[in-house]
Amino acid sequence: MKRSSKASIKTLKIDGIDVAAREHETILELAQENGIFIPTLCHVEGLSEYGGCRLCMVEIKGSNRLLPACMTTVEEGMEVVTNSEKLQSYRTMIMDMLFSERNHICSVCVSNGNCDLQYMSVKLGMTHIGVPYLNPSVPVDTSHDYFVMDHNRCILCQRCVRVCGEVEWAATKGVMGRGINTRIIHDLNQPWGDSDTCTSCGKCVNICPTGALFEKGKSAGEMVKRRDWLPYLKLMHED
Amino acid sequence: MSKKAIMATVWLDGCSGCHMSFLDIDERILQIAEKADLVYSPLVDVKEFPEMADVTLVEGAVSSEDDLKKIQKVRAHTKILVSLGDCAVTANVPGMRNPFKVQDVLDRAYIENADLNQHIPIKVIPPLLKTSVPVHQVVDVDVFVPGCPPHADTIFFVLSELLEGRIPDLTNVTRFGA
Repeated sequence: MKRSSKASIKTLKIDGIDVAAREHETILELAQENGIFIPTLCHVEGLSEYGGCRLCMVEIKGSNRLLPACMTTVEEGMEVVTNSEKLQSYRTMIMDMLFSERNHICSVCVSNGNCDLQYMSVKLGMTHIGVPYLNPSVPVDTSHDYFVMDHNRCILCQRCVRVCGEVEWAATKGVMGRGINTRIIHDLNQPWGDSDTCTSCGKCVNICPTGALFEKGKSAGEMVKRRDWLPYLKLMHED
Repeated sequence: MSKKAIMATVWLDGCSGCHMSFLDIDERILQIAEKADLVYSPLVDVKEFPEMADVTLVEGAVSSEDDLKKIQKVRAHTKILVSLGDCAVTANVPGMRNPFKVQDVLDRAYIENADLNQHIPIKVIPPLLKTSVPVHQVVDVDVFVPGCPPHADTIFFVLSELLEGRIPDLTNVTRFGA
């Protein structure tokens, strides 16, 4: 987002603390600047916001519904609550559904110990999943020379879709289907290895929060995602 | 001296790694033994579950009709039931068969991959449930200890807290797959 030096300043309260924000800033950006933790999964600084995971939902005084902090811009006099019993219960419910919708077997996953979903479950104090597992039968695409797409671990955050379209400009990755049948696809729903548009840059692999995208040859717990290039995304967008 | 707590451990569909991790508390087991008697466990010889256990640790998922019967009996005779480890908490590795049909799983194990005497056993081996499920999906669970296996320090912490009459707070202590 381009920021003018003449941008006006908004004043508001987050969790009872007086804070000042730049115009057009999101509640999430403001909270992070002020050291207030709001859980996120689909958000990546430097990519467009998707607002799909709903973990960053916050309460705003005067609004009868919860709003995603990553998509909501600040307003003068706003009173935001980032953590309450209600929010905690909703966030745990979302995590329950993310864990139960596909087959997340942490102990044997390539990303065990380096996984954003796992990390968030710890941050939210989860010790078990409150809903029955759906145990879907979903494919693993090993057709690419270097990478694997394992739909068992996918949480549909669409980080890969956004990085592929917005940064690599290849737009190989896309989304097919609706609701629980939604799948990440390559080109016109063909095997990844047959894609004409994929440049094999690996950005999707490294930005993926879980073990859904990983490098071939990695075993349980071995896939460490490299994110050191992420800050450059933001710089690039500002130029 | 007050009466010792009655403790039990149960092994359902798991690899026994959680029991090994329990033994990895090493000499600290003496501190546990001062406060509790382990009266039923794969680690002791007694075959009958006690009338009422104060604390029971369950390792493993509920995968067969035998597991289901066992855990229902254990629940009825336990004050505090602890799901110990990822298999008990999430079904974990035993649950990896869940996307497949039971018949396909049996065929794979006993026919396709068997070199000799290919047949699916119908005696002694208990029938599998349609899916392998976490313990709390079939009975109420009081404490969840994720981890594959939970670290010995975690298990010692859980037992120490329980034997002091407190429910352990496991926030930031362990996680799925730990």
